Amino acid sequence: MEKPYAIEMLNITKRFPGIIANDNITLQLRKGEIHALLGENGAGKSTLMSVLFGLYQPEEGVIKKDGQVVKINDPNDANRLGIGMVHQHFKLVECFSVLDNIILGVEPNKAGFLQKDEARKKVVSLSEKYGLQVDPDAIIEDISVGMQQRTEILKMLYRENEILIFDEPTAVLTPQEIEELMQIMKGLAKEGKSILFISHKLNEIMEVADRCSVLRKGKYIGTVDIANTTKEELSRMMVGRDVEFVVPKDPANPKDVVLDVQGMTVASKLHHNNAVKNVSFKVRRGEIVCIAGIDGNGQTELVYGISGLEPLKGGKIELLGHDITKAPIRKRLLQGMGHIPEDRHKHGLVLDYSLENNMVLQRYFEPEFTTKAGFLRKDNIRKYAEGLIEKFDVRSGQGPITPARAMSGGNQQKAIVAREIDRRPELLIAVQPTRGLDVGAIEFIHKQIVNHRDSGHAVLLVSLELEEVMSLSDRILVMYEGEIVGELDPKKTTVEELGLYMAGAKRTEVKA
Amino acid sequence: MNKKRSLLERDGVLTIITSVLCVILGLLVGFLAVLIINPQGAFGAITGVVENFFAYSSSRLRIYNFGSTLAKTAPLIMCSLSVLFAYKVGLFNIGAAGQYALGAGAAIYSAYCLQLPWYVCLLLGILVGGISGALGGILKAFCNVNVVISGIMLNWISLYGVNVLLKPAMDPSGKDTFRLLKKAKDSVLPNIGLDKLFENNKYVGLAIPLAIVMAVIIWIILDKTKLGYELKATGNNPNAAKYCGMKENRNIIMTMFVAGALASMGGAMFYLTDVEQWNVNASAVPGMGFNGIAAAFLGGLNPIGCIFSSYFITHITVGGLNVDLKIYSAQVSDFITAVIIYFCGFVLFFKSVIIGNVKRRTERKVKALAEAEAKKGGTKA
Repeated sequence: MEKPYAIEMLNITKRFPGIIANDNITLQLRKGEIHALLGENGAGKSTLMSVLFGLYQPEEGVIKKDGQVVKINDPNDANRLGIGMVHQHFKLVECFSVLDNIILGVEPNKAGFLQKDEARKKVVSLSEKYGLQVDPDAIIEDISVGMQQRTEILKMLYRENEILIFDEPTAVLTPQEIEELMQIMKGLAKEGKSILFISHKLNEIMEVADRCSVLRKGKYIGTVDIANTTKEELSRMMVGRDVEFVVPKDPANPKDVVLDVQGMTVASKLHHNNAVKNVSFKVRRGEIVCIAGIDGNGQTELVYGISGLEPLKGGKIELLGHDITKAPIRKRLLQGMGHIPEDRHKHGLVLDYSLENNMVLQRYFEPEFTTKAGFLRKDNIRKYAEGLIEKFDVRSGQGPITPARAMSGGNQQKAIVAREIDRRPELLIAVQPTRGLDVGAIEFIHKQIVNHRDSGHAVLLVSLELEEVMSLSDRILVMYEGEIVGELDPKKTTVEELGLYMAGAKRTEVKA
Repeated sequence: MNKKRSLLERDGVLTIITSVLCVILGLLVGFLAVLIINPQGAFGAITGVVENFFAYSSSRLRIYNFGSTLAKTAPLIMCSLSVLFAYKVGLFNIGAAGQYALGAGAAIYSAYCLQLPWYVCLLLGILVGGISGALGGILKAFCNVNVVISGIMLNWISLYGVNVLLKPAMDPSGKDTFRLLKKAKDSVLPNIGLDKLFENNKYVGLAIPLAIVMAVIIWIILDKTKLGYELKATGNNPNAAKYCGMKENRNIIMTMFVAGALASMGGAMFYLTDVEQWNVNASAVPGMGFNGIAAAFLGGLNPIGCIFSSYFITHITVGGLNVDLKIYSAQVSDFITAVIIYFCGFVLFFKSVIIGNVKRRTERKVKALAEAEAKKGGTKA
């Protein structure tokens, strides 16, 4: 027998000036199922969720809870109906403990005095019941992203939510953490919770979901049973055409050395040791070298060292034969370095600037954009930005004048990739360039990176996604605890072998 | 995209509307306050504040006092520009008051004690405040000391430093420094003929056009130049500024230097016109710097807006002198102006309220439009 629906959104239509964000969309979530919501960036997933949370009122359509029509005017209404959400960017108070964050807003108290013991008991029992391992007294800023996410999940469970929404929960996790999360979600569904899993990672949907609803450009495409479908089928529904999962590329044809790193050591900001220990390697023209590894094994610091964001403790870096060990950042960039940073909000964008001003962040000082007297050539900036927007299909509400803050994460990332690749840097450092993007956009960016290689430039790719590592790179360097522990040929190795290196179980001597 | 935007959606219009709203609300609350203190003269008091020089009977006096109000506006424009410039770069220059004092001190000292010509006095005044501002910037850049903290401390250091410095310039008949018009005529800013326009008001001169020119320059720097682009990027996201190779420490220090220089230019300007003299026993930081904060926000954080907001604040401050001292104690006039200035800070709040309203209205409009269309093409669908 089919399980009854926990929540139904029927024929929802939501318009904004100029666009129809949701056009007659129906989403029905059964009790105890994991239901995936799949769609490209800007397909209308976020709008639909905002409607469910009462942040927007739909022009048409109704929402039903357990078969009854309900009116959701604000998030408090949603909360009362037992709907909870883990946002892609966590909503946690960084300097509070896990327990404090969980009870935030629903603090148990007597006459204004907190009754934390009671709350702690409840949290501990919940975390045991669902296998959500957390330390209630740890401070949020000290714990891993995975544990922060478990805190968010516990927040929903503490509020006894029955309908749990996960908004792209795996975007920020390591492969191991993703595996754990999948298990947790399955466990929650088994206990009768209904889960809505918003994602554009097809592998994860195939693994964990029971059914999947697909949106495309604001329209409802259909709902399928995962058991009767394939990855290819889902991606066709999402993108509207066939998607190549493996980037077609010719064998690499490495030429002269572009980047030469010798004995580089970078201090760690978090601990009193070195994050990068005596690392040496070379990147040549016409090849994509990938640094693989589990997050936190020194990749971030390695890139900081090369790009100049952190000073080196030891070693030497040469770019095209010039010693840039102590060169200021601007000089490195002008000598041919391009850098797609790991954290787009921290380094990649000035969020309060418009899209066009962000597009020239690396070039605003060039004669094309600044007169000799130091005045900005705003017309040229606009023209240049419009060109990039067109070429890289960066979508936003108001085009070049959209504040970067108002853009979706995927389009922010596209804007950065556009900006960096368009400079045609001799060496492109791309750190997780496809983080948070849908398959269509990933395909596009992968092609851009391969093109960049083929036009005779060097690419240093840092990625946590094994699929990306295997399909894109010409040479894999595995980092483990700040050292390069192996050099692998993606054509001759397997994911399993790569995993052994990444986990530190295997290592071979690597010569630069 | 080519749809005409409603007037209220234009940022400039919105800023002006909210600023005017704030002023009205401030006057209303100020009126209520005096009404509570003493209902008898409340109306007279509040109209007196608003009227300022219009309260005078003869047109000659009105014009003369208009000139005085303008003379007092110039330094406030400078202070609000100082606050605004730092604010655009993500720094809160609460040290404007101290920098203002330093500018005043350096100018008066070089005028009276060193008998230097006016332009040297002005330059020295600008320089001292700039250095003080840069000091805050250096502390921020290299030791990550919050500029608000260092600014407040530097305010007091500056105030007492100036008091000590100006002891020799004190007129023994009072607590104030000597009148520069009497003791150092060459150091007084030239009138460039403007005094003739204001019934020979000798306090009207170079300071006023200079302040306006500075406002325009600041607007151009922030809005049109590479420097402004860099400074604002550093202020909004220092990490991104560093990532793209901007010298974020240099930018912070330079910003604070400019902000300090602007405020101290205001101080130097004001005392070099000799409208007032420095009280050598002053134990409170001059309010000009703090009023600069209110003026900057009331002006919608726009350099040109600052000219008008500064004038308004000076207008009511001077107008406060019209409050009848037989009915109210001397502090009431300051109180009324303070209430009004306080409400000037609500500009950003009103702005967000109006924006929210407009959004809801357009949403409704869009909905109605879509419904109409649906009816028309109902058969097609």
